Amino acid sequence: MPPHLPFSDPAAVASALAGEGYLADDRIAQVVFLSARLDKPVLAEGPAGVGKTELAKAVAAALGRPLVRLQCYEGLDESKALYEWNYRKQLLRLQADQGREWAEVEADIFTEDFLLTRPLLEAIRSPEPVVLLIDEVDRLEVETEALLLEVLSDFQVSIPELGTIRAATTPFVVLTSNNTRELSEALKRRCLFLHIGYPSIERERDILLARVPGLQPALADRVARLVATIRGKAVRKPPSVSESIDWVRTLVALGIGDPDRASVEQTLHVLLKHQSDIDRVARELASSGG
Amino acid sequence: MEFLTRFVDELRQVGIPVSMVEAIDAAQALEHVDVASRSMVKTALGATLVKSARNLPAFETAFEAYFSLLGPTPGSAEAAERLRSDLAAIGEGAGVGGAADLDALVEALFRALRDGDQGLAGAVSRQAVSRLAGIEPGRPVGGAYYLYRVLRSIDLAALEERLVGELAPGPGEFEHRLAQDEAQRRIEEFREAVRAEIHRRLVADRGPEAVARTMRRPLVEDLDLVSATRDDLAAIEALVHPLTRKLATRLARRRRLGRIGRLDVRRTVRRSLSTGGVPVDPRFRRPRSGRPDIVILADISGSVATFARFTMQVVFAMSAQFRRVRSFAFIDTIDEVTDFFGAGADFAEAMRRIGSEAGVVWLDGHSDYGNAFLTFRERFAESISPKTTVIVTGDARTNYHSPNVAALGDIAAGARALYWLNPEARRYWDTGDSVMGAYAAVCDEVHEVRNLRQLAGFVEQVALPVSRPVRRLG
Repeated sequence: MPPHLPFSDPAAVASALAGEGYLADDRIAQVVFLSARLDKPVLAEGPAGVGKTELAKAVAAALGRPLVRLQCYEGLDESKALYEWNYRKQLLRLQADQGREWAEVEADIFTEDFLLTRPLLEAIRSPEPVVLLIDEVDRLEVETEALLLEVLSDFQVSIPELGTIRAATTPFVVLTSNNTRELSEALKRRCLFLHIGYPSIERERDILLARVPGLQPALADRVARLVATIRGKAVRKPPSVSESIDWVRTLVALGIGDPDRASVEQTLHVLLKHQSDIDRVARELASSGG
Repeated sequence: MEFLTRFVDELRQVGIPVSMVEAIDAAQALEHVDVASRSMVKTALGATLVKSARNLPAFETAFEAYFSLLGPTPGSAEAAERLRSDLAAIGEGAGVGGAADLDALVEALFRALRDGDQGLAGAVSRQAVSRLAGIEPGRPVGGAYYLYRVLRSIDLAALEERLVGELAPGPGEFEHRLAQDEAQRRIEEFREAVRAEIHRRLVADRGPEAVARTMRRPLVEDLDLVSATRDDLAAIEALVHPLTRKLATRLARRRRLGRIGRLDVRRTVRRSLSTGGVPVDPRFRRPRSGRPDIVILADISGSVATFARFTMQVVFAMSAQFRRVRSFAFIDTIDEVTDFFGAGADFAEAMRRIGSEAGVVWLDGHSDYGNAFLTFRERFAESISPKTTVIVTGDARTNYHSPNVAALGDIAAGARALYWLNPEARRYWDTGDSVMGAYAAVCDEVHEVRNLRQLAGFVEQVALPVSRPVRRLG
């Protein structure tokens, strides 16, 4: 298999990811496949805790590439995302070089020796291909989003003193967003859009089985159905996949093989994080009417 | 390729923004996929053309219309083969063999749903549509009509009862409750399958353009706030927050850019003394804070409650853009409800508390705008200052009570501006008991605001200092 075509078809993606413990549904596998073929970043959007970040980690593991991660937050700027000049080292150099011509010194201190690479530049300069994860991109301010554009579309970074640094190898880029705000059109245009919602009952059951060792299939099935039911209710924060995994672990630890109403009510706090939600679900499970 | 451009056109018609680059991406993506696989094509187009989760339903609808023919073509040997196997599957278990009648069909459906047998359920939905929908070629009817005809013949409620009985492993209320949810879920899947099958046949009959047109549904931000269904409301609800954040960022940036005010001649000249009278360092006045005070008067009677709710939600989500926000709710009298929307308050909960705890009902619980404005003038006049922007939301239907335009006029006179947002279509204003025209005379502006897009546009206009109207005298 040539190195620039890592997957032969979507099914190969799915099985490679499954090998890393990530169960992708058809759509996820297909988008990852397309992304590898078109060299376009994947923008994974969806509620918290459905495995967006896990997807990037699994892709990195499946491809055997290192993962470079950029965690976004409000106030992130280019010195944290792209690169920064190592001022202290430059100063030391200037002091050591006293008496030399300025032009000479200038050419000297603005070289790669004095450059501190940050995740984006690091991903691009890496001699071996990497997987670049830009996590929670919706936390960036709109202005900062623009930082990403050059990297995402052309895989290059312009540094005024050094010129443009092009990617030696094309990184596989995954961006994640919890959709707390709308991303700019410019960013969205450069990406393949992948909406990851809550999994189907069957897929959630398989995820539970894969993640919780020693779990009885019957219990996994039961939990998956219960969680799907609870998500269908009007709760403030629907339970995520990671929370349903926690719940199953709780049930297994308590030795509950077949949860009935009482045991469900006692452990609901693992699944739901708002008291009003817990009360509401407990109330609705108690009433048998539609 | 030409088919792709037609599809992109359809998406744009619905209102999904598709750029040229994205269309090219879609074409490139299609080169890498197996075009015979419907799901693969759908993913390829979805990932390249649609960049927002709220546009996905519209995309699905359009995709269904345009790509539903990627199956066996009617009349081909393949289709005939499928018909035979469908009939066999349905007939076999029911013990009829060959031509299955309606009972056998329902029976087969029951087995399919009970065992979660996708193949059999598919066969049943195809057969059900063939027999029960009675699709007439060329008739310009939407899919909903045929769906109704099919489902009318199959008693889904009875089927659900039976399913619940079979699915519940033990007695117990809790078990019953779970089985009920499960049964509903499976029946919903079947309904979906029937709908898809009907669309497939309609497309085969009338072509994708015509079907897509009848299936078109507005995007979430264009949904009518007053007549929205429960599902629609949930979708709107989910959109409010991201939308307001986007709006707030944009406003904050514009305000920052507009920071520099007019030249301050006095200070510039004084500074220039140190440079021999050359004004090298011009000084500017700091512009006055443009953030207005907001007072909302919202009619929360049944007819327009949802609208009031979204207006308040948007304004509160953006309260950082205003100096101070106070809100008052009324039905036939008025009360302050600002405190119900404290930090972190759940919006639905707040609305419920307003209904039970705030004194918004005086006599009979029918909107009385006149009395509400009178009461406001008496009790809350201090909340209005020349810096206050007043927003009234409601349909101006007074139930034939006295409108008391003068009271609203006094409120308007004390405020910087008074806007009225009416969720009714403009053509219904001043019909029946609506007195919009009378109130409009004392309002600075009256807006028809029927969906989220218009609402966001209005809030932006109020928050931005540049578009501030000058208060007229008198």
